[in-house]
Amino acid sequence: MAIIVQSPSPSLPPPANTTGLMGWMRQNLFSTVGNSLLTVVLFVGIVSLLIPLVQWAFIDADWVGTTRDDCKSGGACWVFVNVHFQQFMYGLYPEAERWRVSLVAVILVITLAALMIPKIPGKKYIGIFALFFFPIVAFYLLVGNRFGLPHVETNLWGGLMLTLVIAIVGIVAALPLGILLALGRRSKMPIVRSVCIAFIEIWRGVPLITVLFMSSVMLPLFLPEGMDFDKLLRALVGITLFQSAYMAEVIRGGLQAIPKGQYEAASALGLNYWQSMYKVILPQALKMVIPGIVNTFISLFKDTSLVLIIGLFDLLAIVQAAFSNPKWLGFAVEGYVFAALVFWIFCFSMSRYSQHLEHKLRTTH
Amino acid sequence: MATKNAPPAIETNLAPAKPPFWNDPEKRALLFQILLVVGIFVFFAYIFSNTLYNLEKRGINTGFGFLSSPAGFGIAQTLIPYTEADSFATTFVVGLLNTLLVAVLGIFLATILGFTIGIARLSKNWLVSRIAMTYIEIFRNIPLLLQILFWYRAIVPMLPGPRQSQALGDTVFLNNRGLFLPKPIGEPGFGWTLIAFAVAVLGVFLLKRWARLRQENTGQQFPVFWTSVGLLIGLPGLVFLLTGSPLTWELPALKGFNFQGGISIIPELGALLLALTIYTAAFIAEIVRSGIQSVYKGQTEAAAALGLRPNRALQLVIIPQAMRVIIPQLTSQYLNLTKNSSLGVAIGYPDLVAVFAGTALNQSGQAVEIIFMTMLVYLVISLVISGLMNWYNQRMALVER
Repeated sequence: MAIIVQSPSPSLPPPANTTGLMGWMRQNLFSTVGNSLLTVVLFVGIVSLLIPLVQWAFIDADWVGTTRDDCKSGGACWVFVNVHFQQFMYGLYPEAERWRVSLVAVILVITLAALMIPKIPGKKYIGIFALFFFPIVAFYLLVGNRFGLPHVETNLWGGLMLTLVIAIVGIVAALPLGILLALGRRSKMPIVRSVCIAFIEIWRGVPLITVLFMSSVMLPLFLPEGMDFDKLLRALVGITLFQSAYMAEVIRGGLQAIPKGQYEAASALGLNYWQSMYKVILPQALKMVIPGIVNTFISLFKDTSLVLIIGLFDLLAIVQAAFSNPKWLGFAVEGYVFAALVFWIFCFSMSRYSQHLEHKLRTTH
Repeated sequence: MATKNAPPAIETNLAPAKPPFWNDPEKRALLFQILLVVGIFVFFAYIFSNTLYNLEKRGINTGFGFLSSPAGFGIAQTLIPYTEADSFATTFVVGLLNTLLVAVLGIFLATILGFTIGIARLSKNWLVSRIAMTYIEIFRNIPLLLQILFWYRAIVPMLPGPRQSQALGDTVFLNNRGLFLPKPIGEPGFGWTLIAFAVAVLGVFLLKRWARLRQENTGQQFPVFWTSVGLLIGLPGLVFLLTGSPLTWELPALKGFNFQGGISIIPELGALLLALTIYTAAFIAEIVRSGIQSVYKGQTEAAAALGLRPNRALQLVIIPQAMRVIIPQLTSQYLNLTKNSSLGVAIGYPDLVAVFAGTALNQSGQAVEIIFMTMLVYLVISLVISGLMNWYNQRMALVER
C-alpha cells in the first residue's frame, strides 16, 4: 500500500536563530567565542566613552545666554559659540554690510545646487555662469568700492567666509593653470615638458606652509618697489600655484585614461592641437576627473586653515582669537569642537558627493 | 586682384609646395620652445633684479655668509648639543633633526595604527568594522592643523602640573610639561649585547636564505619565523646575562618645579606626534582596506583550493598582492606626513620650519636664502623617497610573460 501525498507539506519556518535580529547578531557579532568577547569588550568601552561625552555635550550643556556667567551646569558652554556665531561666520566684516556676504553665499548655494541636481537643464550655461560671472559678482559684492557699495578692506574678512573665499578662489584659479600644466607635461616638445614637470614636482615636493611663508615674505621682495599686494592676495597667489600642481596631476590622470583612438580620430577630422583638446579630449578627460577634483578641493579646504600661521583670520584663527579673549578664557574645547564640526560637515558631505559621482561616472562594465 | 584671376601656372614639379615655416609643426615647436625659454629667462631676470634692488635698499647682504654667524637664540628641544652661541648652520641641523625625529616616529606609529584600523575595517565583526569606519570618517575630515592645536591648546593645559603628575609606578610621568620616561644607560660591556644583536640579525638573514634554498631543492620547510624570533631574543639576552646585565635605567625624578633625568617628551612633540599619527593613520587605514579589497576573491578561493589554511593564504597569497597596491600610496602618505610635520610651527615645535624659516629668518633677515634652503630640504626628501618608491615598484611590478 502506498501512501501518496497529494500536496507538498508546507515548508517549516527558518530556525529562529538564523533570521531576523537574532540571526543577524549571531552572524555579525557573536560568530565565535573570540568575536563575542571582542564585541562585549568594545561595547562596554564605547558606552563608557559615549555616556560622559553625551552628558558633557548635551545633557549638562548650556545653550543660551550672553556672558560666561550663564554657563553654570558644568558641561559644555555652547553660549560661547552662540555669542560669537556671527563673528565665526563673517569675521570682522562690518555688521551693516554682512548682507553682501550672505547674498554671495545664497547665489553660490543656488548655483551649486543647480549644477548638482541632474534634472535641471542648461548645465552648460550655469557652468559658464559659475566659472566666469560668479567670481566677478562675488568680487564686487565682497570688496565693494563700486556701484554705491562701501569698500571693505580684506583685513576685515574672516571666519568661515574667508575660509570659503580662499578655498574657492584657490580651486577656480588653479583649474585653468592645472589644465595647461597637465597638457604641457604630456606635450611632445621636450623643453615645455621639462618645464612643466619641474614646476609640478617642485610645488608638490614642498609643504604648503613654506609656500605661504614664501608668498608672505618673499613676494614683496620679488616685486618692483612700490607695488604691494595685500596679505590675502599674497596668500591666494601661493595657494593657487601650489594647488595648480596637484590639479595638474589629477587632470593628467584623466588625459592618460583617454584611449589613443580619440586623439587619432580628432586629428583625422582635421582638428589642430587646441581644437582637438578643446572639442574632443578635455571634455571627456575633465568629466572623468571630477571626483578627483572634488577630492583635491577637500584637501585644499582643510589646508586653508594654514593661513592662520601667516596671520589671516580664517574660521580656525577666529575661533582661537575668541577663546583667547580674557572674557572667554577657558573655552578652547568648545571652540575647537565647533570649528571641527563645521570643517567636518563640509569635508564629509563633499567626500560623499565625490563617491556618488565616482559611482555615477563609472562607465566600465 | 590680377594674380587671383590669372590662370594657375602649370606646375612642372609635382611635389607639394613647402609650407611656410609657421605652418611646419617642427619649426613651430622649436620657435615656441625658444620663446618659452626666453620668457622664463626674462621672468627670472626681472624677479632677480627686483630682489637684488629691494635687498640692497633694506641693507641686507646676500649670500650664505650668515650661516657661520652666531644665532643667539635658544631651542626647546635639541638632539645635538646646542647653545645660543652656535651658528645659524647649527640651528639648521638642529631643526632638520627635529623634523626627521617627528617624521620617523610619526611614520612608525601611524603605520601600526593605520594597519590595525584598516584590517579592523574589514573585520567580519560588525561592531569592529563600524568603529574603524567611524574613526576613519571622523579624523580624515578634520584639518590636521585643527587637530594639532586641539591637543596642544585644549588638552595639554588640562593635564596636571608637575607635582600632581599622572604617574605609572615610579617610572613614567605625565603632566603639562611633557611625558617623562626612564632612559636606558649602557654601562661598559653593554657593547657586547649590541654586537650579539647584530650577529643575530645577520644569522636570521643567512638562515632565511638557507631555508629558501633548501625548500627549493628538497621541498622541506623550515620554521624560519620561530627560529628567528628565538635567535633575535635569545642570543643578545644570553650575552646580556653573561656579561652581568650591564644596563641601568635613569628614572625621571621631580626636582624643584620640573622633572629631571630620563627621556622627556616635550608637550609640543607629544601633541604634534599624536595629531600626525591619528590623522595619517586614518588615511593609511583606507589605503590598507582598498589594497586588500583589490585582490580578487578568486585568489582566496584558489589558495583554499591549493589546501592553504586561511592564515597561510593571507600571508602567502593575499598580502603580497595587496602590498603591490598599498606600497605606492603608503609612500605618498609618508611623504605627506613628513611635509605635514612642518605644521608644528603653529604650536612652537622646533622643527626646520619653526627654527630655521621662522626664528632664524627673523633674526638674520636672510629670507631668500633661508626659504630656498628650507624648500630644498623638503624637495630632496621628496625626491629621495619617490626615487626609492620607483625602484621598489620596478622590483615588485608584475612580470608578465
